[in-house]
Amino acid sequence: MNTTKLVSALLATSFLGTAAFAQDVTITVESWRNDDLLIWQNTIIPAFEAGHPGIKVVFAPTAPAQYNSALNAKLAAGTAGDLITCRPFDGSLSLYDAGHLADVGGLENMANFGPVAKSGWSTDDGSATFCVPMASVIHGFIYNKEAFEEVGVDVPNTTDEFFAVLDAFKEDGNYIPLSMGTADQWEAATMGYANIGPNYWKGEEGRMAVIAGDQKLTDPQWVAPYAQLARWGEYMGDGFEAQSYPDSQNLFTLGRAAIYPAGSWELSGFNAQAEFAMGAFNPPVQAAGDECYISDHVDIALGMNSATKNADEVRTFLNWVGTAEFASLYANSLPGFFSLSNHTVEMSDPLAQEIVGWRNDCNSSIRPYHQILSRGTPNLANEYWVSSANAIRGSMTPEEAGAHMQDGLASWYEPQQ
Amino acid sequence: MSTQDRPKRRWHIVIFLTPAVLVYTALMIFPLFGTLRLSLFTTVGQEQIFIGLDNFRTLLGDERWSNSFWNALKNNTWFFVIHMIVQNPLGIAIAAMLSSSALRFSSFYRTAIFIPTILSFVIVGFAWKLILSPLWGIAPDMLDAVGLKFLFKPWLGKEEYALTTLALISVWQFIGIPMMLIYASLLSIPDEVLEAGECDGITGMAAFWKIKLPLILPSIGIISILTFVGNFNAFDLIYTTQGALAGPNYATDVLGSFLYRTFFGFQMQLGDPNMGSAIAMMMFLVILLGVCIYLFGIQTRMRRYQF
Amino acid sequence: MNKVKHNPLNLAFAHVALITYTIIALFPVIVILINSFKTRKAIFRDPLSLPNSDSFTMVGYETVFKQGDFLQYFQNSMIVTVVSLFFILLFGAMAAFALAEYRFKGNTLMGLYLAIGIMIPIRLGTVAILQIMVAGGLVNTLTALILVYTAQGLPLAIFILAEFMRQVSDDLKDAGRIDGLSEYRIFFVLVLPLVRPAMATVAVFNMIPIWNDLWFPLILAPGEATKTLTLGSQVFIGQFVTDWNAVLSALSMAILPVMILYIIFSKQLIRGITSGAVK
Repeated sequence: MNTTKLVSALLATSFLGTAAFAQDVTITVESWRNDDLLIWQNTIIPAFEAGHPGIKVVFAPTAPAQYNSALNAKLAAGTAGDLITCRPFDGSLSLYDAGHLADVGGLENMANFGPVAKSGWSTDDGSATFCVPMASVIHGFIYNKEAFEEVGVDVPNTTDEFFAVLDAFKEDGNYIPLSMGTADQWEAATMGYANIGPNYWKGEEGRMAVIAGDQKLTDPQWVAPYAQLARWGEYMGDGFEAQSYPDSQNLFTLGRAAIYPAGSWELSGFNAQAEFAMGAFNPPVQAAGDECYISDHVDIALGMNSATKNADEVRTFLNWVGTAEFASLYANSLPGFFSLSNHTVEMSDPLAQEIVGWRNDCNSSIRPYHQILSRGTPNLANEYWVSSANAIRGSMTPEEAGAHMQDGLASWYEPQQ
Repeated sequence: MSTQDRPKRRWHIVIFLTPAVLVYTALMIFPLFGTLRLSLFTTVGQEQIFIGLDNFRTLLGDERWSNSFWNALKNNTWFFVIHMIVQNPLGIAIAAMLSSSALRFSSFYRTAIFIPTILSFVIVGFAWKLILSPLWGIAPDMLDAVGLKFLFKPWLGKEEYALTTLALISVWQFIGIPMMLIYASLLSIPDEVLEAGECDGITGMAAFWKIKLPLILPSIGIISILTFVGNFNAFDLIYTTQGALAGPNYATDVLGSFLYRTFFGFQMQLGDPNMGSAIAMMMFLVILLGVCIYLFGIQTRMRRYQF
Repeated sequence: MNKVKHNPLNLAFAHVALITYTIIALFPVIVILINSFKTRKAIFRDPLSLPNSDSFTMVGYETVFKQGDFLQYFQNSMIVTVVSLFFILLFGAMAAFALAEYRFKGNTLMGLYLAIGIMIPIRLGTVAILQIMVAGGLVNTLTALILVYTAQGLPLAIFILAEFMRQVSDDLKDAGRIDGLSEYRIFFVLVLPLVRPAMATVAVFNMIPIWNDLWFPLILAPGEATKTLTLGSQVFIGQFVTDWNAVLSALSMAILPVMILYIIFSKQLIRGITSGAVK
């Protein structure tokens, strides 16, 4: 490029730049996804802004532990951003009920989402939808392929095979069979109980039955997962009681553990950090030939702050979140966060493809304690964290854990009384 | 204490007090009582309904709430006891050694021992988790090196050790505060007093127990009450190392963590400002009781020496 | 200063005890510092080893400087901390003097009123505070933070300073009064220099929570231009993936300035005590 061209190009851009600047509207996204800052800055925002001149988007995440409380304070005082990243179910429903989230069910591209996708962000009667679904996460197990070859075991299909594999690793002694700890407690519930459980309570069937009051949490299908968890303890590393979530991640990616009870969100981190080939398998069923169930949980969505001054621009952005372009961008920048839209999304990550492929063979279900059941005190989700961790540590028997959960739920939930 | 009473209006008192009272009332008392008021209400739909003391009845009467409350209070008391028997005596001992004029490198020691106090909770939590981790093993390796590996336990993950371990980490972090305060008091004891004691043959340890200790009693009173207030407000360390549910099995739940979890909510649990404020009110009463015992029971009876 | 004779054995014992405790105090800090220069693998493979040619990396520091304007954050933290401390000390000492020096109706009650603030965590008032700041147009300004930290620091400052002011000799003040000094001069010229050690102590106590606070910067001033260092470091703590290299680097750098402030104040403390003015 010669100098004249360069100068005129510069002039042109600066002229256009100021012209555009004069009418630019900036909209801010509130999120707990600190992890995604670079993805938004480098991929998602440029893609949107290229197609929508005049709208500037700023992604302003908060550290996840403070997100809910900080957001609530800012919404109450009117200083929150224009777009609100939505947690599923009651977390966002309460914001909608309080008038902080606007109804976005009428957006043209909402038609691209099915009822299951919308269920996480709709009122109980389904009459209003207040967030545009972004992604779901799937549970299962990620394993170290090289370790499996070394010890000579295959991917397990049934729980018996699963424990046989764990035994083989224990005997071999070179790998910690199962990379999980109970220090942070949530993994025990999320990657433990809710991961393996749907095979016992038959996914949505059991979940709906508890909501309707037809099954109790003391029923065998709800206690059996605890019994399996109680057996996990002996395959975890020494001192797993104090092993935190990042510890487990590091243990696995540094190649010291064989199997990692996982959520699909781990993929991008693991891809970057692990130096060995990884595979994934869905939660083993009780007996060969049983129908399989997976936890395919609606996890994240985007809504509109009803106090925004830029409602039109926000709607434009939210509508764009419903397009095939966004679905593909998001799913491919963040392997393991699967699009909830009806668009066919090509994913380049092989492991992500494998995991999303389980949807074809198994029945999808969301985590049992998210919809409706975590509305009261004691909070069922938090109780599941504690009781699942207790079951693994052996400080509660499976029956005690089940009884504890049922007592808590029945204390406030009428259909269970 | 000055006792001259002047009949005319003493404007200087007003002027001395006004800026502090103004800022403090506007940005602390007013917002806080706005919040505490919520403890007398309950939320129905989007409305606040006045229900008198019902929230307190629930907190102390409903088994689910009262169990959590008493558990937190009990843990908090233990947390405080550890500070009183470890942090404060140790802090005084260090200050006493530092204040000796013959000691060299005193300012180096003082700075080094104070460093943990200036660290943020994120760092403290990370460092101690790394050291005590059963996996990456600084503590297990060190115990192994002296043949005591069998003593190692995953302390932070065991119900019976977690709280004490956290209290000791907190002692490690905050010992600089009693050290500084006592050090300042010890240094301001005039030489004449000590020399007079020396003439009577009181030196060394005896001088500490018989002369210095009585003189620094007001400062010890202050650090005790500060420790009390600080411990009953504590929650950051628990949140960063053990999470909002204060695991394992609520073994490290203190009033502060119970309050924040209830007030601001956590994960699927929505914030409950009404019950949260009720807990805050109880916390306030517990601390107020302690402060009143100090202000009226101890402070007014303490002999002060003016130099 | 102190002419009391010392037993060399006691002195040796004191050194041994202090060195032992210094090691306990510094060990975790050193662990953090050395690990901030190591690769993630090396941190978790062998946290105690020094960085070597294999494991040495500056990647944490590079990430920190790439991600945000850390010099700006740094400056914000410094301004907020120093200005808040100034107001806490000034207003706090004035109020403490009023409480410690004069008998007036409601003195004890006022003392108790001013102490309430240390009994309830100020975070509970967040929403009301934020609303006040919105009304005053102070959201995303450092002024908002300074105001809140001043309010937050006052109760403790008054509590401690009042105790120390009660120990200041009445004879001195009365002598000043006989010389015709106004109450203001007595406070600023006679009393204030005498409680310098206590002021330094209060400054140290207050600067730490202010410097390390995450909550109010997050709520009141989350904007890029007003971010504090502690808030800026949070960007590396993710939901599932935490960039420990960057966190350790950012936090290691954050230690330095508070340490310098601490050394300044503690020098002040010693000078205040040893200047001889007290005695």
